[in-house]
Amino acid sequence: MANSLKFFSIFLFVLCSLVFTGQTIKVYKDFADFEPQLHKSSDTTYVINFWATWCKPCVEEMPEFLEINKKFEKQKFKMILVSLDFDTQIETKVKPFIRENHIQAEVVLLDDPRQNQWIDRVNKDWSGAIPITVIYNKDFYFFHEGTLTFDELNELITKNIKK
Amino acid sequence: MNKKCISLLAGILFSTMAFAQGYKVGDKATGFNLKNVDGKMVSMADYPDAKGIVVIFTCNHCPYSKLYEDRIIAINNKYAPKGYPVIAINPNDSINEPVDSWSNMIVRAKEKGFTFPYLLDAGQRITKVYGASRTPHVFLLEKVKKNYIVRYIGAIDDNSKDPSAVKEKYLAIAIDSLLAGKKPDPNYTKAIGCTIKWAE
Repeated sequence: MANSLKFFSIFLFVLCSLVFTGQTIKVYKDFADFEPQLHKSSDTTYVINFWATWCKPCVEEMPEFLEINKKFEKQKFKMILVSLDFDTQIETKVKPFIRENHIQAEVVLLDDPRQNQWIDRVNKDWSGAIPITVIYNKDFYFFHEGTLTFDELNELITKNIKK
Repeated sequence: MNKKCISLLAGILFSTMAFAQGYKVGDKATGFNLKNVDGKMVSMADYPDAKGIVVIFTCNHCPYSKLYEDRIIAINNKYAPKGYPVIAINPNDSINEPVDSWSNMIVRAKEKGFTFPYLLDAGQRITKVYGASRTPHVFLLEKVKKNYIVRYIGAIDDNSKDPSAVKEKYLAIAIDSLLAGKKPDPNYTKAIGCTIKWAE
């Protein structure tokens, strides 16, 4: 009896923590596991933004990206926000940021310290500073280091999204 | 004819300017004369006996810069006596990023006990000429006669988050190579960092 009570309370605890933490964030410890997201040959137009909660320009452009996600999410479109925050800060920084900004787009975390190896594999023109954004589908590719506005994103996506 | 020639020349000049993205390994680096946290100006002429200079663009606010502060102190303490002193330069505009203001630089240098100059690139001219694009960003210069030649550009090592997990100390390896009379290999590396906060 005491045992089943114990199990029940553990069950309740797990359930509660799931409800309160909400979204789980996929953590990539090896860039190679994330890399296929940058090279899909499909009709879907991908917007992949590398950012971090500590990066001021990233945080400043985020609302414009979220507006874009709202506008295109019902079409052949997918936005992936790749956080470069440290994995130790998922609960303290990343999840609160997602909640406060009502982020609906997919957020993943890339925590592979071998940056000199993988930065060039994202794009060889990338210096390592964030934010960067990659927009692509099977017929189109765009890379930009620095911030982008709603209008810039909107124009690029509208021109290239597949019907 | 003359007019055509001038506009052509201007065109070429403009396009080279537009494509100038800072120094590459092998380029001759400019000197500078910038204000240190102690109020004094610092230039390369202050180091007549140096074999080179480790120029590191870094700042107060950036978490990646903070992660490297202790390692930059260690590099200066090890290599300044061997002829390669560190000069840190804050590239950021303090209106865009108030944490990186000169007065905050003074506070941070004191807190951490920096053993090297921490200069402010007011006007951001040196940052542009060198082509620093993030913090921290290293430019290792070797003194060749009266010139400073860029020998290594990039990261301090291969693990910003965890000093104990570092496998390759890029900067230390590069300085050791120069001290041994060799060219650094690799001479160019990349790392995640904070953008330069330019004046708006």
